[in-house]
Amino acid sequence: MSINCLTPAFLIERDKDRCIDCQVCVRQCANEAHRWDEEEQRVFSEDANCVNCHRCVVMCPTKALHIKKFPLEFRYNANWTQEAMRAIYLQAETGGVLLTGMGNDRPYPIYWDHMLLNASQVTNPSIDPLREPMELKTYLGRKPDFLKIKNGKLLEDIPPQLELELPIMFSAMSFGSISLNAHKSLAAAAKKAGTYWNTGEGGLHKDLVEHGDHTIVQVASGRFGVDADYLKTAAAIEIKIGQGAKPGIGGHLPGEKVGEEVSQTRMIPLGTDAISPAPHHDIYSIEDLRQLIYSLKEATEYQKPIFVKIAAVHNVAAIASGIVRAGADVVAIDGFRGGTGAAPLRTRDSVGIPIEFALAAVDTRLREEGIRNKVSLVVGGSIRNSSDIVKAVALGADAVYIATSALISLGCHMCQKCYTGKCNWGIATQDPQLTKRLNPEIGAERAANLLKAWAHEIEELLGGMGINALESLRGNRLMLRGIGLTDRELNILGIKAAGE
Amino acid sequence: MLKEGHIRIPAGCAISGIMNKKGEVTSGQEIIKSIAVMHDRSNGLGGGFAAYGIYPEFKNHYALHLFFDDKKVKQETEFLLNKFFSIDLAETIPIRKINAIKNVPLIWRYFVKPKIKEMALHETESEFVVNFIMRINSEVEGAYVFSSGKNMGTFKGVGFPEDIGEFFRLDEYKAYSWTAHGRFPTNTPGWWGGAHPFSLLDWTIVHNGEISSYDANRRYLEMYGYKCTLQTDTEAITYIFDLLLRKFGIPLESAINIVAAPFWSKISRMNPDEQKLFKALRVVFSSLLINGPFSIILGSKNGFMALNDRLKLRSLVAAQKGDNLYIASEESAIREICKNPDKSWAPKGGEPVICLLDGKESLYEFDQVDENEFEHHSVAL
Repeated sequence: MSINCLTPAFLIERDKDRCIDCQVCVRQCANEAHRWDEEEQRVFSEDANCVNCHRCVVMCPTKALHIKKFPLEFRYNANWTQEAMRAIYLQAETGGVLLTGMGNDRPYPIYWDHMLLNASQVTNPSIDPLREPMELKTYLGRKPDFLKIKNGKLLEDIPPQLELELPIMFSAMSFGSISLNAHKSLAAAAKKAGTYWNTGEGGLHKDLVEHGDHTIVQVASGRFGVDADYLKTAAAIEIKIGQGAKPGIGGHLPGEKVGEEVSQTRMIPLGTDAISPAPHHDIYSIEDLRQLIYSLKEATEYQKPIFVKIAAVHNVAAIASGIVRAGADVVAIDGFRGGTGAAPLRTRDSVGIPIEFALAAVDTRLREEGIRNKVSLVVGGSIRNSSDIVKAVALGADAVYIATSALISLGCHMCQKCYTGKCNWGIATQDPQLTKRLNPEIGAERAANLLKAWAHEIEELLGGMGINALESLRGNRLMLRGIGLTDRELNILGIKAAGE
Repeated sequence: MLKEGHIRIPAGCAISGIMNKKGEVTSGQEIIKSIAVMHDRSNGLGGGFAAYGIYPEFKNHYALHLFFDDKKVKQETEFLLNKFFSIDLAETIPIRKINAIKNVPLIWRYFVKPKIKEMALHETESEFVVNFIMRINSEVEGAYVFSSGKNMGTFKGVGFPEDIGEFFRLDEYKAYSWTAHGRFPTNTPGWWGGAHPFSLLDWTIVHNGEISSYDANRRYLEMYGYKCTLQTDTEAITYIFDLLLRKFGIPLESAINIVAAPFWSKISRMNPDEQKLFKALRVVFSSLLINGPFSIILGSKNGFMALNDRLKLRSLVAAQKGDNLYIASEESAIREICKNPDKSWAPKGGEPVICLLDGKESLYEFDQVDENEFEHHSVAL
């Protein structure tokens, strides 16, 4: 056996004065970073197993645990960093593709943080959301160019619309990549807040059918769990072409995660790998997409909006335009910082473009073509707070998708190890010992609280700008100013610099 | 310093309007007196008037009023005018020299008819005229069309409105409908084209307020070919009504329910038919909701409509005496010219005051075969 060159990533510090050897940490850690030694009658740590998920830190009754970055100093090298070397040690040992979870963690510029919002002073009044009505209601779906009205009556119905009480939806995460309790939490929270959650590509568990009117079901390249009932139960259908964390590649749920429930929901045999092909095998061009869109519309009698979700890639504006013309009612774009349950590290960290640019480019392009108002635009890929949302709407989005933020509200601590199936928070795992740690009622409450809090903050920001309906902010780029951006970046974002 | 059109300039204002329902004409003296009362609501950097019924001898001609920076640009513009229109009269607009008005540009008017052979196959006459104006105003540096309707005209410039009225000798014009505007821009180099009313074809608009939805409105309008060259709210509001009423054929009351949309809470209490219509209006035309404070008077040859934003963040008072309807930012401006109105009231936010000439049913009439426009739009995809 060759030597293992890997050193631990984290150091577990146990305060001996505080530790009472109660073994809570041992029971809580699925990674076996804590071990009970029968002979010594005390708890020991295995630093190498620690993923820094904070479960033990939070659960320790005497707060005896601290996790630190392992204080191992490689000789300084700006080029050969610790990460670069660790990756090679790991690959030299396994010969495998590097896997990771959650979104891109590289220090690329975060353009949300380079945009500033406006507020009213003197020449027009700000509006106080505590005293005046403030409207966040948003409708997603295809809009006709104009309406035919006669004698105070509408002559033709408008196409089906999703009604959102606030411009935030939970983005696609499949059952399999996350637990049933996580799905239950999000579904109930969406219902409570008057918005929608998304099944991801893993089908809709039978226990969640009751939330169908708040559910967007996904049709992805693997077609897992797709049948007529699945489509009819949903409020809307999303065709997944790609996702921000791994544009251009498919998905792989290993057989060990395909237990009884996942197997039934995905409609695949127990214990088999669930592999989603990179492209849809019936979509090799835009005209094929049109056929799928209309097949789904036919199957649901034109009663449900059809979303098409793509990853933000270089040519996203032209692709989005094609999708609108192919008949999609909503275009969802996922930026390169979007999360995932598992993705090849190199893909996650180096493929795609920031959502801020993709959104600005798509909105501008669709307006230039005179088709922006026909569809709704939904963006995701690391929406971290309410001001990110307000900026997204001002750039041109109708609504946003959140997933990572939603999981953090359920307790996720961003250890990026979702792909191991050992999530100590009961989120990204199918292990019944772990999933029971997430109480779906408490989870729903927490996720709904997050939406409620963000809605309040959005109202405050809108009121400050003298706006009392979200639609008046949509595409209202004069409300944004750039800071620390080049002319070219300002140009792509279509905004002025601070001070202009 | 950048002039209007290169930079967005917020402004506060005074507005006033008088109209006779029977179409009886009066001189501009009264409206000047009315707007002069609100002197403190302007700061001398812009004033103007719109008058309907003033050119009965040319009532079938488009009356184009233009500002020119110099003779060279006038020649350049006239070359284009001659190409697309037959000009039946060209003259300088008569003025009275007064000390208060300085830096006067060349001010001309042309009574014209479009040359049919220059029109594109599917273009209506009104579209043809609008496209021409858009072209002059966005492409010919130093020339600006500030009035383009039939049997009506706007008169405006840099100065207090009462001085502008005297300058343009409005006491010598007779109109059945007058509106006036005094401007309080927070920052402007004083460009004549930047004064109000803003006007397109028969539409004129005077407006007080600063809308917070401006860029959302503008970017929607630009999808339909409008060029918001002035970057003012007034320009955007004019185009919104032009798009809804003229291009889309939306009834006026529905257009009002788009720009000053009722709150969702109110819509939820309506009967099912109403609910369906109001929901569709808000969903489809959400980008045309005008947000933030405004009070406007939208004038056409058939009458005018005064409207506040849905929260009523700007003052607006109306009064009626006999066949006359009065509108103003402040009641004092009405009492100055009508001591004892039959009634006076403050219209609620989003609730229009509409005054039409007897026998007219709407502010806008389809005088072309504009029905065809439905077909144009439906083949867009």
